[in-house]
Amino acid sequence: MTSNLKVRAIAIVAVILVCVYGIIGLPTSKQDLFDNLKKNIRLGLDLKGGSQLILEVQVQDAFKAEADQLTQRMREALTRAGIAGDFSRNNPESIADSTKIQVDVKGIPATQAGTFRQIFQDNFSDAWLLAQVNATDYRMTMQPSYALKLKQDTLTQSIGTIDRKINGLGLSETSVQQRGGANEEDEIMVQLPGVDDPAHVKQILKTQGVLSLQEVLANGGPFSSEEDARASKGGVLPLNSQVVKETHPGQPPEYWLLARTPVITGRDLRDAHAQQNGQTGGWETAFVIAQGAPTKRFEQFTGAHIGDRLAIVVDGDVLSAPVIHGKISDNGVIEGLSGQDEAKDLALNLKAGSLPAGIKILEEQTVGPSLGSDSIREGEVAALAGLIAVVAVMLFYYKRSGINATLALLLNAIILIAALSYFDATLTLPGIAGVILTIGMAVDSNVLIFERIREELRAGKAVIAAVDAGFKKAFLTIIDTHVTTIVSCAFLFLFGTGPVKGFAITLVIGLFANLFTAVFVSRTIFDWELGMQKRAVTLSI
Amino acid sequence: MELFKNTNFDFLRWKWPFIGASLVLTAAGLISLAMKGGPRYGIDFKGGALLSLRFNQEPPVQKIRDALTGKIHGEISVQQISGKPEVLVGTEIANEDELNANRQIIEETLRSTFGASNGQLDLNNSSAEQLIDRLRDPLLQAGVAISEQDLKDVVTGIEQYRASHGGLINNFDALSSVKGVTPQVLAALKKECSLGPFTILSAEVVGPKVGAQLQRQAILATLYALGGMLVYIAFRFEWIYGVAAVIAVFHDTIITIGLFSLMNKEISLTVVAALLTLVGYSMNDTIVVFDRIRENLKLMRRESLESLINISVNQTLSRTVLTSGLTFLTALSLLLFGGEVLNGFSFALVCGIIAGTYSTVFIASPLLIFWQNLVESRKKKPGAPSAPVSKGPAGPGKGPAASAKEMAGARNRAR
Repeated sequence: MTSNLKVRAIAIVAVILVCVYGIIGLPTSKQDLFDNLKKNIRLGLDLKGGSQLILEVQVQDAFKAEADQLTQRMREALTRAGIAGDFSRNNPESIADSTKIQVDVKGIPATQAGTFRQIFQDNFSDAWLLAQVNATDYRMTMQPSYALKLKQDTLTQSIGTIDRKINGLGLSETSVQQRGGANEEDEIMVQLPGVDDPAHVKQILKTQGVLSLQEVLANGGPFSSEEDARASKGGVLPLNSQVVKETHPGQPPEYWLLARTPVITGRDLRDAHAQQNGQTGGWETAFVIAQGAPTKRFEQFTGAHIGDRLAIVVDGDVLSAPVIHGKISDNGVIEGLSGQDEAKDLALNLKAGSLPAGIKILEEQTVGPSLGSDSIREGEVAALAGLIAVVAVMLFYYKRSGINATLALLLNAIILIAALSYFDATLTLPGIAGVILTIGMAVDSNVLIFERIREELRAGKAVIAAVDAGFKKAFLTIIDTHVTTIVSCAFLFLFGTGPVKGFAITLVIGLFANLFTAVFVSRTIFDWELGMQKRAVTLSI
Repeated sequence: MELFKNTNFDFLRWKWPFIGASLVLTAAGLISLAMKGGPRYGIDFKGGALLSLRFNQEPPVQKIRDALTGKIHGEISVQQISGKPEVLVGTEIANEDELNANRQIIEETLRSTFGASNGQLDLNNSSAEQLIDRLRDPLLQAGVAISEQDLKDVVTGIEQYRASHGGLINNFDALSSVKGVTPQVLAALKKECSLGPFTILSAEVVGPKVGAQLQRQAILATLYALGGMLVYIAFRFEWIYGVAAVIAVFHDTIITIGLFSLMNKEISLTVVAALLTLVGYSMNDTIVVFDRIRENLKLMRRESLESLINISVNQTLSRTVLTSGLTFLTALSLLLFGGEVLNGFSFALVCGIIAGTYSTVFIASPLLIFWQNLVESRKKKPGAPSAPVSKGPAGPGKGPAASAKEMAGARNRAR
């Protein structure tokens, strides 16, 4: 019996040590202690202040791009085989419709159907399905497994890009993650602690940062209108060409006739940074092209086009179209920017890469630092007042055994905080609701046990037998209440959203801690107390 | 000390007045909900923009409304929080595209109406970054030797000072207590900045799509959770116990939501967290009593169900009073000291604890009796048309009460 008690006591002390370590670590100084506390007790944005954005990735963009790529590659392959076909694709507008993407090919001569099928089979069948509509027309739809992968890739890539963009702003402790949950798989949650005005962040996220260097065709502008640009080529744009606008603040825009295939794109860049022009003093963004194929291509191109113009296009807008003065191998500058901020942001966007699909901001929340600290302070006062009241009543009502309950309650809180710290969970307002319910049920467990012991004592049982019976009988009830709540938490966790989930997690941890403290720890203290007396005849309860 | 020792109150004798009161409260809540077209959802559920502002004087509510009228589509609400110099400015948003514009328009309008004039930076509404950029050049020109890191630290210090003083700085000289604010820095601050009369405490913009989704998911999650509890209790006790417990909990939730509607309080996400807490408390309370009933069913086979329930409630009475009392104390202290943010939350908890405690005795337990009476009366009259199973506390009909008298052990009632 006594050795059993020792084992239990050692187990309890071990749990306490692990928990205390989880909360404060191994502090070497007072400052260290506070730092560790701050690090281990992570407060949510609603408590410490900051901004949160919820973005929706317009996945259909990526599906359209994929269909366009199929069209382009297939057309090339067919041309090589001497087959001409008429391509068109539909235009899914919403995320839900994105998998309904389809590409139609019309006018494939029946005599070449075999070759056509072979080309499709060899090159595109891992991502697309081919169906014949009539003798000459075909329809291609995306393989469901490939669509799933494309969707996930688009999201992962978007998260990565957004993360790089936000990290580039030099903010600390930011987090970018996919929102869990059945209907939220296309949603990304961005958390920015300490940021009380997310306008700049939104600006950065909105700019795509798609860079391309495109050749300006001979006599390609600038024109004063799109019609003029077309008219210069007889009203019909030649193959592989496009008209792109150049906007000037406060002045009418100009139009350029550019080669559609870019020489260099944002993917070919190695670095980008903002700098001040030595002569004009204006801000510009300098970029460096990656070594290897891209630099070679750029060298070749600039060498062959001395005297021609090269347009720098960012997000579908010509920023400038300088004349090529000589062969350039690996670097360039983008001029025509409004100032240091724009130069910096552009460099950041170029480095972060472009998003594979557009994003929409669904929700935005900001809690100012003063409100955050207000709620913490007020919450602390309230929690403390509540706790003091609970402990006072317990001590008054159950006397020495009240100490027992208070210790169990305290240990419960320590385990809860330590578990949150070990799980890297953040404490939010709904989480605190979970803590409150935990404390309520912890108090209830103790009360249940004590009342049961009293009943048994009243029924005339001896102290040791009464304690034993009290714990045994109350245990059944405690198990039922706890398991019921844990079952409901499981459902809340599975089907709930962020805050509801936070509530469920905190509560489940708290309840497990409570089973340990109210049943195991409390019992051990009772046994120890009774063991101290030579003949256990009295119990202060 | 013991509050209750061997009590023997006949609780169930009073069930009808209490069930009546429950029905009245439920009906009042439901009528209010019906008349107002559903609960008053917070921004997080219905979508919209909401800014919370704090002023250093009596807030000029009318001036804010005038300034915003015409700049924003749709309805604008400007509402002062009673007893505090704080104002909530809200708009409804019809689509996601207006979402981003509205917050900016409100902020800019407020700034231009109340904020800094003649190009100075409003120190009460500026970010650390803005303040650093603003101070750098003047300090350089004044020949103050300060490194970029020092400047950053000073500004962080000022921001912390601002945050700990409710977000508003009322005069520049108070800043001299901040570490690193030398007379030169203070001079630069006075030259470059002004002190606006308000600060933005929080801002929330939610698109209608997210709101609707959140609403549906919160309701679904709660319903699934209730279903899960029903199945577990049915498994541990009997299925009628599960049904009774879930109806009791449902009753508490409906009454609380009804009270929110009656008092015109908003249901936000935090309130939903409180409702979940309430469900937990109420379920806990019900199970404790049911557990005792189950135990007594084995010990006292001769007692009628009604007197057995009475005995069980009496046996657990001191634990009920103590636990409910203590949790009620905690919730009350949260309501009294917890501040504005926690107000809706703690109100729901206070309602829930009261309703949850009494629904165990007066809703869940009578349901068990009704059910048993129904089963017994069917057994006694073989061949009688099977009565429809009533799920809720039906009106004070004669049927169950009359058949209860026929029960073998109805001593308790007769006493």
